[in-house]
Amino acid sequence: MLKNYFKIAIAVLRRRKFFTFISLFGISFTLTILLVLTAFLDKVVGDSYPDRKRDRSLYVTHLQESGKDGQSSSTLSYYFLNHFVGSLKTPVKLGISSGYEGTNTYVNNKKLAVNYKYTNADYWEIMEYDFTEGKAFSKQQIDNADKVAVISEDMKRDYFGDIPSVVGKYIEADNVKYRVIGVVKNVPITSYNLYSDIYLPYTVSKTDFTKGKGYLGDFTGVMLAKSTDDVPRMRDEYDAMMRRIPMESKQFNKMYSHAQSYIRSYVETGNESSSGVTIVFTAIVIFVLLVTVLPTLNLVNINITRIMERSSEIGVRKAFGASSGTLVYQFLVENIILTFLGGLIGVVLSFIAIQVLNSFRLIPNLVLSINFTVLGIGLLVCFFFGLLSGVYPAWRMSKLNVVTALKAQ
Amino acid sequence: MIRLQNIEKVYRTDTIETLALNSISLDVAKGEFLSIMGPSGCGKSTLLNIMGLLDTPSKGDIKISDQKTDHLSDKQLAQFRNQKLGFIFQSYHLINDLQVLDNVELPLLYRNTTAKERKMLATEALEKVGLSNRIKHFPTQLSGGQRQRVAIARAIVGRPEIILADEPTGNLDSAMGNEIMDILINLNRNEGTTIIMVTHDENMAHKTHRLVRLFDGSQVQ
Ligand SMILES: Nc1ncnc2c1ncn2[C@@H]1O[C@H](COP(=O)(O)OP(=O)(O)OP(=O)(O)O)[C@@H](O)[C@H]1O
Ligand SMILES: [Mg+2]
Repeated sequence: MLKNYFKIAIAVLRRRKFFTFISLFGISFTLTILLVLTAFLDKVVGDSYPDRKRDRSLYVTHLQESGKDGQSSSTLSYYFLNHFVGSLKTPVKLGISSGYEGTNTYVNNKKLAVNYKYTNADYWEIMEYDFTEGKAFSKQQIDNADKVAVISEDMKRDYFGDIPSVVGKYIEADNVKYRVIGVVKNVPITSYNLYSDIYLPYTVSKTDFTKGKGYLGDFTGVMLAKSTDDVPRMRDEYDAMMRRIPMESKQFNKMYSHAQSYIRSYVETGNESSSGVTIVFTAIVIFVLLVTVLPTLNLVNINITRIMERSSEIGVRKAFGASSGTLVYQFLVENIILTFLGGLIGVVLSFIAIQVLNSFRLIPNLVLSINFTVLGIGLLVCFFFGLLSGVYPAWRMSKLNVVTALKAQ
Repeated sequence: MIRLQNIEKVYRTDTIETLALNSISLDVAKGEFLSIMGPSGCGKSTLLNIMGLLDTPSKGDIKISDQKTDHLSDKQLAQFRNQKLGFIFQSYHLINDLQVLDNVELPLLYRNTTAKERKMLATEALEKVGLSNRIKHFPTQLSGGQRQRVAIARAIVGRPEIILADEPTGNLDSAMGNEIMDILINLNRNEGTTIIMVTHDENMAHKTHRLVRLFDGSQVQ
């Protein structure tokens, strides 16, 4: 039975080359977009290097203050994180780091753009960076304001060239020489809170971050709980703290800040009334809907035409003993064969697209790959497509009256 | 074999009602070869379709093999047609995307059969109509007469007790027509298949056991 369906499916596909092309193109193109998108999302929010302790971490990235005359919202000051967040009881560690900043350095008189960021010591204990050599700076070195640096593999290659070891060598940035004490595997820039080329102790900065009592600044924090069970308590304690601490100045009467999971902090804008989470997820949902629904509708349409022009066949099959159910089944099988063909092409296209994206290095350090999750999702989407675009036309034609079906021709 | 009682068929469109069949009562005996004649539009095809359960009457009862048919579900109806009935159409209605053998196998697809059985039975049916050397051809590669013979093979492959043929020779020249007619006559004689045939050809009609004439939806003979 299935073999027969397969035969007729292939025959019909070959006969209607143009329709087949349009259908296959629609399916494979859609799937390619979805697969690349999934691969991207999977990498960006799914990859847990180097913050492997995500499940027991909460991220503090924004503070919004508002008053009669307006509002301001930004990342936080070192003071705020150290003084207020640092006083919380539940977190066992508090990693503090600044956002990355760009500067130039010179290698053999060639300009090289580099990004650097400042961190405290806990940061290195919460994050599990993979060190290819050396290690992170210690609390001792931070307190001494030692001019030491941890650099990324790419930085090592770009600055020092292909040499086996660079620990102990000096790297210059912003006219200051730092002694390299560790080299870590690259973090993609999409993990923007963790990415950098050079990591420095916060105490070596020309700005003294420990001075000043402003709440807003360049820093973000990661709180680590003892266990995942402690995470809700940590969140509550943070909220309680926010209610307790004084307003930064008289011009404000409200302050918002939350300790959030990685994903939420990743897409958070810091603005309470228009949450980044909502915006990002709405955008993704709308995009996916557009990308899938339009081609599906199109396929439904094509399928109706395609099936209707086979009304004589439908009439004959019914006359010789096919029930409506059998016919629906037949046309669904045909449609699923078509979508799987399209899916196959889509997977191949996706591999090519991802190769191309990777080879152009559009986003620093971001290497996309199609893993089994992504493929699984793709195949599911295909199956769903096949059913969705096939069910309605199949059902409609199976209801066709035999005599009418036979007459139409 | 088939018993029609007071069959009436009304076609309703937005503006007009057509009384295609007007109180037709007809008994067809087992093993009978019956022909139906009448001018174009008098309701011959309608009657045949109703007998073949392809269409439902507006009024009246149909019994086939002493079985009432008005309450059958879509699935049961399909099964009933598959087991008992075979159809031959004026314009063949072969599936052009399928080879001759696959076309003939079609009714068997809707039964419990293995691929091997299907192939054997279909080849056998094609032998009976003298086309066993064309099984790999596609319908479009055959002449009209050959196509109609494929259609006959398809109609008889499942060994139905009744064959309904709507102008089976209508598209063929008289030599080809006679060939088709001979196949049907042999089928009726040797296998005892009940055949009901619509035709415009008096010669063909006279070769059958009985002739029913319709005029304007009513039986006149
Ligand atoms: N689907 C339909 N809707 C409306 N009227 C119809 C429909 N099918 C058939 N008729 C009408 O019913 C009548 C009988 O049609 P039918 O096809 O049975 O004639 P016929 O005797 O087979 O003619 P022919 O010899 O030309 O094939 C005709 O008047 C036709 O116009
Ligand atoms: Mg007719």
